[in-house]
Amino acid sequence: MRLLSPAQAQKVAVATMWTLAAITIGILVFIIGYILVLGLPYVTWSFLTEAPRQMGRSGGILPMIVATVAVAGLAVLIAGPVGVATAVYLTEYTREGRLTSFIRFGADCLAGIPSIIFGLFGFVFFTITLGMGLSVISGALTLALMVLPTIIRTAEVAIRAVPYSYREVSYGLGTTRWQMITKVVLPSALPGICTGVVLSVGRSISETAAVMLTAGSAPRMPESMFDSSRTLALHFYILSREGISMTNAYATASVLIISILSLNVIAYWIMNRFMRRVR
Amino acid sequence: MKQDKAIAFALMLIALSAVSGLALITVFIFKEGLPLILKSGAGGFFFSTDWDPKAKQFGIFSMIVGSLVVTAGAMIIGTVFGLGLAIVLTIFCPKALAAILKPLIELLAGIPSVVYGFIGVVTIVPFIRDYFGGPGLSVLATSIVLGVMVLPTVTSISIDALKSVPRSYWEGSIALGATEWQSTHMVMLKAARSGIVAAIILGMGRAVGETMAVIMVCGNTLEIPSTPLDPLRTLTSNIALEMGYATGEHREALFATAVTLFVIIMILNIAALTIARRGIMSNNR
Amino acid sequence: MTDTTKQPKIQVRDVTISYAGKAVLRNLSLDIHPNERLAIIGPANSGKTSLLRCLNRLNDLQYGFSVTGQILLDGRDIYAPNVDVAALRRRVGMVYAVPVPLPWSMYENIVFGLRVTGIRDKATLDERVETSLKSAVLWDEIKDRLHEPAHNLSGGQQQRLCLARVLALHPDVLILDEPCSGLDPISTGKIEDALAELAARHTIILVTNNTKQASRASDRIAFFLMGELVETGPTTQIFTKPNDPRTDDYITGRFG
Repeated sequence: MRLLSPAQAQKVAVATMWTLAAITIGILVFIIGYILVLGLPYVTWSFLTEAPRQMGRSGGILPMIVATVAVAGLAVLIAGPVGVATAVYLTEYTREGRLTSFIRFGADCLAGIPSIIFGLFGFVFFTITLGMGLSVISGALTLALMVLPTIIRTAEVAIRAVPYSYREVSYGLGTTRWQMITKVVLPSALPGICTGVVLSVGRSISETAAVMLTAGSAPRMPESMFDSSRTLALHFYILSREGISMTNAYATASVLIISILSLNVIAYWIMNRFMRRVR
Repeated sequence: MKQDKAIAFALMLIALSAVSGLALITVFIFKEGLPLILKSGAGGFFFSTDWDPKAKQFGIFSMIVGSLVVTAGAMIIGTVFGLGLAIVLTIFCPKALAAILKPLIELLAGIPSVVYGFIGVVTIVPFIRDYFGGPGLSVLATSIVLGVMVLPTVTSISIDALKSVPRSYWEGSIALGATEWQSTHMVMLKAARSGIVAAIILGMGRAVGETMAVIMVCGNTLEIPSTPLDPLRTLTSNIALEMGYATGEHREALFATAVTLFVIIMILNIAALTIARRGIMSNNR
Repeated sequence: MTDTTKQPKIQVRDVTISYAGKAVLRNLSLDIHPNERLAIIGPANSGKTSLLRCLNRLNDLQYGFSVTGQILLDGRDIYAPNVDVAALRRRVGMVYAVPVPLPWSMYENIVFGLRVTGIRDKATLDERVETSLKSAVLWDEIKDRLHEPAHNLSGGQQQRLCLARVLALHPDVLILDEPCSGLDPISTGKIEDALAELAARHTIILVTNNTKQASRASDRIAFFLMGELVETGPTTQIFTKPNDPRTDDYITGRFG
């Protein structure tokens, strides 16, 4: 027995799907709007350029901005070259085989590991075993491992998108494989690689659990790579969780959201230009 | 030539770093956590609901249940919405609109989990408390927040799966007089089945592993929740809440919790990878 | 014209080329003399391109490829273990069937190979760009816009740019794999004119599907069929009284 004719089912299904899509977009707009409406009025110049006072009850977030930039920047500085080198190896130096599937399997599994486990690992390995303590560098190394699979994957896709004929031309003009890669393939794949890197910066900035256990939570200006520091996301968590200052929490979240938004826009813009050029 | 070989070798060593990272993580998590599991025994650790670090009681059963329950709840929301969105974006939606919607979904994935947790606390939790009763911090609230968080994962992987279905399947079905919806669920979803299953499993992995948002909305009590309005504690929130001050056996117990989480995640990962790979093979045949 | 008294530029001795165990060219022996223009003709899959890609060892990149026999360039085996493959490829410059300008300016395309060899001097680079573009009959068309993207050029111009890019490296031998297959008659004519001039300084091997082009742009012809060399001889002789009936059939268009 049929409740609906195929034509009716089609109408109901399409309406349902569109409703689901509309709700999802609505949630996104709500989250971003909620944070920005309540937080942006408090994002003043002095909020961005002053140190926090009374554990963040008043004052600004400058040390947290510095800590976030340092941790996320270092993480990508470490993971970027490693990830791109891995992608180059997978695409240019081997054929598909047992070794490549082993490496891909490792990267895929790494991508699925929750950040809290990265945090625990970073805590025992970098801060204790290697003696780096709760510090910017411990946090950065942990995050580097965490974003590595993303960078490998996006770099691999970008490198594979470079036409094979470019490689033949380069060889034909008497370059070695390494010259071909560094002078022809990587420059052509650069926009795609950059997209992956920018998205990884975004992920590093958003991350909380892993940095809490590795970079610490000291609300001071980090003076070296071995200083404990508190990133923006963690600062927001502490402010809101402990009810220290709701206005400062909203303002911090606004800064976070705006950074993430801009990074996504940048990544999208680079990717679009890249796609146009490849075509 | 010689130089080329040296470069190839160096690159291979670097390429192994992802695998070595994974190996190091496995070794260190197990080294810290396994001794306590062996000491307490499976019954005393996995199947006991007694978690009292001061009395050296480390049973995580209620947290295992908590994690599984909210993951199941999240997957209902994440799958319905994620799959619906994937279908809209690949099949029903004009290309120009899809080009705007897709980056928005990716943006949803980029929002920090602390922000999700916070929004949950200030909107969903009071709503549940006022209209359904209970403390608000609950299975329901956690499931909703996690559902929204895994949605982008389910969507983007399902989109890839749907896109890998040969266009001729769709055209063939439409040519036989099927409606778009019939073609979608009888042809497209069937052909993309394995990719979609992989997407759901990977989404589960994200839900099980999510920490910061969960801490904020789950309530962190130690009882097994009996209704959707009860608070609960998950494996991840247990680790993150107590790690700050844990020492000695207590810390080992938190690592043992991580071992449990790690094993669950690896099983999900491997299942997803195997299913996705099988799907790729059958589509290429 | 062809000087057969000197040592051959390239000696191909009993060469068999296979991919994944399947031979595409069998027991080929062929001498190519300095400054001659040799056209290799024959239907598709007769092994012409495979031979060409062996001469600069581009086939090395192909998985499952193997070559037996010997290929000598100026008397030296190019497959000997100590050969610098990159240097070999600069001496044996190749132009492909489809022009592939790299995604840079025209100028950068031409100086790329030179930069890689370590030439940095601006005056030298400029001079090489000008002479090679003149040899490729392209200089007058683009001399005022050398720094524009190479992709802006028409197909025929792109192919001449690719020729100039190879010429900038001062190769001994030029190998061209159906360089005019996608081009209009005017562009084709310009490339043939360039080749006629270039024979004075280079040995030229031209693979072509177009027998008319072979008759215009070569001194000698080698006819390949299904992986074998059927015959070789001076262009005029091949076109007037070929020794093998199969050659006659091909040239008069009875197959292929």
